[in-house]
Amino acid sequence: MKPTDIHECSYFLQVIDCQYACPAHTPVPEYIRLIAHRDYSSAYMLNWDSNVFPGVLGRICDRPCEPACRRGRAEGEPVAICRLKRLAADFRGDVESLFPRVPDRKNGKRIALIGGGPASLTVARDLAVLGYELELYDNQSRAGGFMRSQVPSFRLPEEVLDTEVGYILNLGIHTRFNQYVTSLKKILGKGYDAVFIGTGAPRGRDLPDLPGREEGDTSITVGIEWLAGVVFGHVKKTGKKVIVLGGGNTAMDCCRTARRLGGEDVRVVVRSPRADMKASQWEIEDAAGEDIPIIDNHVPLEFVVKDGRLVGMRFEKVRACYHDNGKRELMATGEKPIFMECDEVLIAIGQQNAFPWIEQDCGLQFTARGLPVLDELTLQTSLANVFVGGDAAFGPANVITAVAHGHQAAISIDLYCRGKDLHDRPRSKVSPADQQLDFQDWIYDSHVSDERRQPVPHAPRAKSLKDRLLEVELGFDPEVGRVESERCLNCDVQTVFDASLCIECDACVDICPTTCINFIKNGPEDELRQRLSIPARNLQQPLYVSVPLPTGRIMVKDENVCLHCGLCAERCPTAAWRMLKFVCRSAVAGDR
Amino acid sequence: MSYERPTIRHPDAKKNSLGYTRKEYEGSISTLCAGCGHDSITHALITACFEMNLEPHRIVKLSGIGCSSKTPAYFLGRSHGFNSVHGRMPSVATGANMANRELVYIGVSGDGDTASIGMGQFAHVVRRNLDMVYVVMNNGCYGLTKGQDSATADRGSKTKKGRPVSLESIDLCEMAIQLGAGFVGRGFSGDKKQVVEMLKAAVAHKGLAFLDIISPCVSFNNVPTSTKSYAWVRAHEEAALPFDFIPCCREITVDYPQGSVLPVTLHDGSVINLYKQDDLMEITSRSAAMDALEQAKTEHRILTGILYLNPEQPDTHALLETVTTPLNTMGREELCPGNAELQRINDAFR
Ligand SMILES: Cc1cc2nc3c(=O)[nH]c(=O)nc-3n(C[C@H](O)[C@H](O)[C@H](O)COP(=O)(O)OP(=O)(O)OC[C@H]3O[C@@H](n4cnc5c(N)ncnc54)[C@H](O)[C@@H]3O)c2cc1C
Ligand SMILES: Cc1ncc(C[n+]2csc(CCOP(=O)(O)OP(=O)(O)O)c2C)c(N)n1
Ligand code: SF4
Ligand code: SF4
Ligand code: SF4
Ligand SMILES: [Mg+2]
Repeated sequence: MKPTDIHECSYFLQVIDCQYACPAHTPVPEYIRLIAHRDYSSAYMLNWDSNVFPGVLGRICDRPCEPACRRGRAEGEPVAICRLKRLAADFRGDVESLFPRVPDRKNGKRIALIGGGPASLTVARDLAVLGYELELYDNQSRAGGFMRSQVPSFRLPEEVLDTEVGYILNLGIHTRFNQYVTSLKKILGKGYDAVFIGTGAPRGRDLPDLPGREEGDTSITVGIEWLAGVVFGHVKKTGKKVIVLGGGNTAMDCCRTARRLGGEDVRVVVRSPRADMKASQWEIEDAAGEDIPIIDNHVPLEFVVKDGRLVGMRFEKVRACYHDNGKRELMATGEKPIFMECDEVLIAIGQQNAFPWIEQDCGLQFTARGLPVLDELTLQTSLANVFVGGDAAFGPANVITAVAHGHQAAISIDLYCRGKDLHDRPRSKVSPADQQLDFQDWIYDSHVSDERRQPVPHAPRAKSLKDRLLEVELGFDPEVGRVESERCLNCDVQTVFDASLCIECDACVDICPTTCINFIKNGPEDELRQRLSIPARNLQQPLYVSVPLPTGRIMVKDENVCLHCGLCAERCPTAAWRMLKFVCRSAVAGDR
Repeated sequence: MSYERPTIRHPDAKKNSLGYTRKEYEGSISTLCAGCGHDSITHALITACFEMNLEPHRIVKLSGIGCSSKTPAYFLGRSHGFNSVHGRMPSVATGANMANRELVYIGVSGDGDTASIGMGQFAHVVRRNLDMVYVVMNNGCYGLTKGQDSATADRGSKTKKGRPVSLESIDLCEMAIQLGAGFVGRGFSGDKKQVVEMLKAAVAHKGLAFLDIISPCVSFNNVPTSTKSYAWVRAHEEAALPFDFIPCCREITVDYPQGSVLPVTLHDGSVINLYKQDDLMEITSRSAAMDALEQAKTEHRILTGILYLNPEQPDTHALLETVTTPLNTMGREELCPGNAELQRINDAFR
């Protein structure tokens, strides 16, 4: 193998698993350390810079960082990164005074933002502080997009959303609420310098051809329409026996909301096996905690309507077969169809993109799947001044992805408006540059805590099931938060090896608790991975390889479960290992 | 400095046949200087015991005084141990072995602890061929008391202060061969693979297995002019005879060309395969071994590996014709048969 080029920033970023997995590359370990030091405002600001909605995301983020977290691989359970984010938000001081100031003199560029969800709001924030004039259109009466119309209050209290959306709108954004944009041509005709489309994936899938669908229509609703109805007060109660179809997070929100609106026998019925369900594990657990059974391997056959009234549904039992090519097939078991009684059905089987307001002849090209043709990096469409982000770009995803798109689109729009090359983008910043740590500096945080993942308290069930506005998760208190924050392994404090100093004494090999370090003969990567004292089977994790040493061997470190404890550096007699703090912040619009 | 090691280990850490990982053979975190050869030997001991599937509660570690003698705190945290007075490890080991002959005894000493203050004890425990592994972590100096020359420092070798050693050095391996040890080896802490294999063979050997392991002292004796430094030993080390240790339970499957291998079967059934090479020493002969060591010395080579092997040597229990039952499992009646019996024994001498 070739020696690792650690001067390539991407190497160290890759080692910070959580940050690498976060679409917005939030510098997680840095904010977790701030939380450990009870500096909640700074922790909040670090989050606000990267992910714009720390209070919201600290509650409802899809958390791609947690399955990636090193602690999960090393010990079994990841750091509760998301809940720590919420702790920072819950206990922050006055942060508004820390926000960047919006210049009084504008730069003369006007940008239209279509849709008021997290993607558009991120673009708005990033560009407002650079002096752009922003006009935000949304058909709802307030901003927030699906965070407002879909995510139930028992997961995300309205005031949390209002505050963080307010932070952005207060930057002088011109809002055009209650305006459904019906024509892209009209918008283009208004002379904006650029247009950002953040209209989401607003259409819920239905089952139009299933027998009984039409007859039972009054008791059958598409999930996302129903949830919006609840938020806006059109839907106030539900039937006693409710079937929710689907296995994603929308299904989880539907069933839990139904339990709060009078549903007594609420059940989720899903086609696939439980292990394949799209919903997040914690949402499934929360639903189970509210006595909602999840019945898997049942494919809907028909809505059963008697005397004009929905009385139940019939399902076929299936079994999943996995083919060698990775494809899954649901095969009927041949058993008799199963009948389940119900008086209401919510269909939560997915969302679709729809752009009925974009004229076919306006020059914006679409793919065969009905999505706009985009440059994946710049998010630019076939119309040079039109950009797309969030769910509207590549199909339904989540809030943090929408935010990440927002940042990229803002960079592109800024470059575009300044007449620059959109592919010559500002680079991430490493700060403080090349900060070497001495023993005394790293020692405090290097201790690896033995604590297991801290559970979070919930509101009493009897109470929360009566009130759909009552938040279920109560968040960590500062002491529990400190304990949890100390579980973080500080993956951004990197181990750096200097082969010219090493005397091959083996001290680092001996002390390393997780047997990461090896001094062995070089070879091709596959073979080298097998030959390490503990074979490096996790191919997602890189090997750190040195130049040859005096004995002809090389140092090979498997990054997989390095605890960043710094013991190698402590035990090295020649300081051939040192620890280097590497805090990397993604570029934002305006960076050079 | 960290005062404890994280408790998390690699999730794929190997398990031995007892279901233990290396963790069950570790001790507390070392307080020796970073880079000390003694730490490497400590880890070689952990590896050897782990790979030999020894039950930690059936191992006894014994030591005297010195940095080397501190190391039992850093390995086998779940085994028995006795940190004795300077140079007196052998007598404590003898007493323990007399009381319970069924345990594995590992003595750890230093060149000061053995070749100076403990020389008398060393000589006699070797003569008695006590069933134990006797490890000297040899750094050519008194590390713990800040690096004074020890009796194993080679004449002419220069330590950190730069003054050459004026006295003749003691070669503990030659002494052990001369005093009748059945297993004598020399290793280098920087060559852990060989040390581990040698330790395993030493544990399997019945009788005293003596291992002199050169172990650089990074703080006081690691200058390139010292014959006990990493650089010097790396440049002058030479394996005496390649060998393989095959534990008793593993089947021997490889076929060797006739005459190229000399298998030596140990007491417990395990085998040491010695790979013969024309110009290399013969290690089952005392005089040949002594010659080879002297020859190497004049040529400034350091011979490592098993240097002398004779598994037939009777151990202390055999020599003293003691009972086969460990004394600590016997009752008071048997151990102290009373006045009448004493009279009978005394009468026998009259
Ligand atoms: C039930 C449900 C629960 C979810 N839970 C989570 C969760 O817990 N965590 C998570 O990360 N993600 C969750 N999501 C997904 C998340 O809400 C979306 O991925 C995210 O909001 C997408 O953001 P966006 O900015 O692309 O668009 P959206 O948030 O969808 O906002 C688009 C806005 O544009 C408006 N709009 C559309 N067309 C027009 C038009 N022509 N003119 C004017 N306005 C228009 C829409 O009304 C909407 O307000 C959930 C989604 C659903 C359906
Ligand atoms: C009876 C007695 N005499 C002297 C000492 C002082 N002393 C402590 S350690 C030591 C020498 C240790 O040298 P060595 O055995 O080589 O161990 P090292 O520290 O080099 O590993 C001496 C002389 C002592 N502790 N006890
Ligand atoms: S241990 Fe900390 S820094 Fe490492 S991946 Fe997990 S949260 Fe991130
Ligand atoms: S920091 Fe060093 S000693 Fe600690 S786990 Fe990583 S490689 Fe091992
Ligand atoms: S502890 Fe330092 S000198 Fe010793 S092998 Fe490791 S890196 Fe090399
Ligand atoms: Mg010594």
